[in-house]
Amino acid sequence: MQKSLHIDPAKCTGCLQCEMACSYEHTGTINPAKSRIKVFNFEHEGRKVPYTCTQCADAWCLNACPVEAIVIDAATGAKVVKEATCVGCKVCTIACPFGTVNYMADVGKVQKCDLCAGDPKCVSACPTAAITYVDADWTGLDRMRAWAAKANTAAVAA
Amino acid sequence: MGWNRKVLRVNLAAGTCIPEPLNMAWANDYLGSRGLASKYLVEEIDPKVDPLSPDNKMIMATGPLTGTMASTGGRYTVVTKGALTNAIACSNSGGYFGAEMKFAGWDMIIFEGKSPKPVYLYVENDKAELRDASHLWGKTCWETEETIKASHQDPQIRVSSIGAAGENQVLFACIVNDLHRAAGRSGVGAVMGSKNLKAVAIRGTQGLSGIKDFPAFLQATNAAKKVLADNAVTGQGLPKYGTQVLMNVINEIGALPTRNHRDVQFEEAGKISAEAMHEKRPTDGKPHLVTNAACFGCTIACGRISKIDETHFSVKNSPKYWGASGGLEYEAAWALGAANGVGDLEALQYANLLCNEHGMDPISFGATVGAVMELHDLGILSKEQIGLDAKFGSAEALCKLVEMTAQGEGFGKEIGMGSARLCAKYGRPDLSMSVKGQEFPAYDSRGIQGMGLTYATSNRGACHLRSYTVASEVLGIPVKTDPLTTEGKPELVKAFQDATSVFDSAGICIFTSFAWTLTDVQPQVQAACEGDWSMDKLNEVGERIWNMERQFNLAAGLTAKDDDLPPRLKTEPAKTGPAKGLVNGIDKMRPEYYKIRGWDANGVPEKATLERLGL
Repeated sequence: MQKSLHIDPAKCTGCLQCEMACSYEHTGTINPAKSRIKVFNFEHEGRKVPYTCTQCADAWCLNACPVEAIVIDAATGAKVVKEATCVGCKVCTIACPFGTVNYMADVGKVQKCDLCAGDPKCVSACPTAAITYVDADWTGLDRMRAWAAKANTAAVAA
Repeated sequence: MGWNRKVLRVNLAAGTCIPEPLNMAWANDYLGSRGLASKYLVEEIDPKVDPLSPDNKMIMATGPLTGTMASTGGRYTVVTKGALTNAIACSNSGGYFGAEMKFAGWDMIIFEGKSPKPVYLYVENDKAELRDASHLWGKTCWETEETIKASHQDPQIRVSSIGAAGENQVLFACIVNDLHRAAGRSGVGAVMGSKNLKAVAIRGTQGLSGIKDFPAFLQATNAAKKVLADNAVTGQGLPKYGTQVLMNVINEIGALPTRNHRDVQFEEAGKISAEAMHEKRPTDGKPHLVTNAACFGCTIACGRISKIDETHFSVKNSPKYWGASGGLEYEAAWALGAANGVGDLEALQYANLLCNEHGMDPISFGATVGAVMELHDLGILSKEQIGLDAKFGSAEALCKLVEMTAQGEGFGKEIGMGSARLCAKYGRPDLSMSVKGQEFPAYDSRGIQGMGLTYATSNRGACHLRSYTVASEVLGIPVKTDPLTTEGKPELVKAFQDATSVFDSAGICIFTSFAWTLTDVQPQVQAACEGDWSMDKLNEVGERIWNMERQFNLAAGLTAKDDDLPPRLKTEPAKTGPAKGLVNGIDKMRPEYYKIRGWDANGVPEKATLERLGL
């Protein structure tokens, strides 16, 4: 089954455990500045929103790359940057409508979410289940269940 | 190692920023943050120094767990000689600033001297420089943060700053980071202001790489997070209700200091409680509370983010206060509310907002207003002297006084001295509800006896965060003790004081101790830091820190006389509730406490005690 990251901003507390886990997985340091998932804090509205790549089916970044450095991981469906091939031209960062591909000036390559080869570390790090990894065909399941629960149909004994 | 092994020394007089290696021998003896920075302070300043003179130093410090996955590992401390207390001060704050300091590659920043003109420190990884802050002087903490981010074109900078209160050297001024987190107590903001240091702005992109044994660390931090999640207080109570969960509980047991400690129960406690924050308002149909919030790395998320009622008299003409903002936490709600007899939740949130934006400790501010209201009630301070009718229960007076105090306008200047100096000036020093010049927090020691000893012996003046025996006496953590007796409290206070020193020095939040004991902290420190960090060692480090702080205070001129409570708590019995008829038994507890500490009858550590602790 293909899975997909699913984010529920209402559950996010802004603790940044996801950013720590992501950066450690990919760089070996605890370094939110290198995280591929970012939590945005809209202070005056009291909202916190984790944001990362949604792994577009027809991905702008992949299509834009002139050296085919962005490839599809067949197992997870993630669009993954091959660092050895990436030339750091940044065209993908311009092509991505969502800003989730970013350039790393210190290494001269781009980085984006790769779903940690099917075990996203942000998910296991999140203490409130604001970030989950669910059946890609059923990202709406929890919300459907919540509304279904409100349908208020009486249970009838058989 | 959880440390970066690097200290930034900033000489404000010379305008220099010089890196130096962290003293690892001291780190091994004092762990980090509170303990380690206090060691530096004790070694570097004359204990008798005037806190507001250039010879005082101010240290911003992280612990080895700051900036790590350890739950609540985002704390930093500000260590200095306190402007309010003339004692050693260590104020602790969450938010994101402490972790950013770690990610920029530093363990602590030592500020010495006084800048000839307003400056702010800008740190970008290894680069550190003092910059002109004349355009920031006079701005609120919120405006300062916004202006710095805009001028550097970098929204990811983390800022810690002072507002008008620190600039005007209000003696209980605090230092605010990330908009509504504060190193709150003892007047550390006044010290920062005295140095002409407006703000510290940090951007760190180097990250933390030195965890000693990462797999073991992850295992330890995950296990400890599970303990927090499974605990009723840290897993359910605090995320849902915040620290405000205590308002009704403490009122019920007759330990909610009311109207400058005249009463121990507040008839309007329910109106300013956590439950009230969840209720929909009749005016706009919305609850006061918007959401909860976490500091860096925190899996508890006790923080409150609220929206004030736009039709309330305090803000109806000020749309800038209509957005969501931090608060109310229990201490602020108590100090601004019950301590003054004010039961208007929206007024408390407004006063709290102003404390945050102007950088002022709401506990000492609110409690000082309580003393002023009592002086007014007794006819010692007239309406003309204060400039307004400061009756107990007046939300209008509270809201006006908060602005006047931060700005040093009119009678606000006198409130800015704190209650001890103010009450002494008007001939009633007994009406200041304080120890070592610092106002009590939100627990009446007639109803929770151990807190009397906690307040009296706290090294930074009256404080609940030095040994929170409320946990044991009220909540039964780790074991239930009777709040109405003094028996066993000296041992309890010592144990809590020593353990708390370790929590603070590790870089984690003391609220974890609702669920964690030191045995939950130990594996995390052991996996992060090189060297031996056994339970025995941590217990010894905690005791060493406490005695070192004590030694500093004694050298500063404090004596056993300063380990006492105001006469009201020793002679005026509680009027209502379970503690009715009781006073605090401090005089019974203190000698026993000294003995358990290995101190003589004057509260001076015995030679054998100091030798045992390597002091």
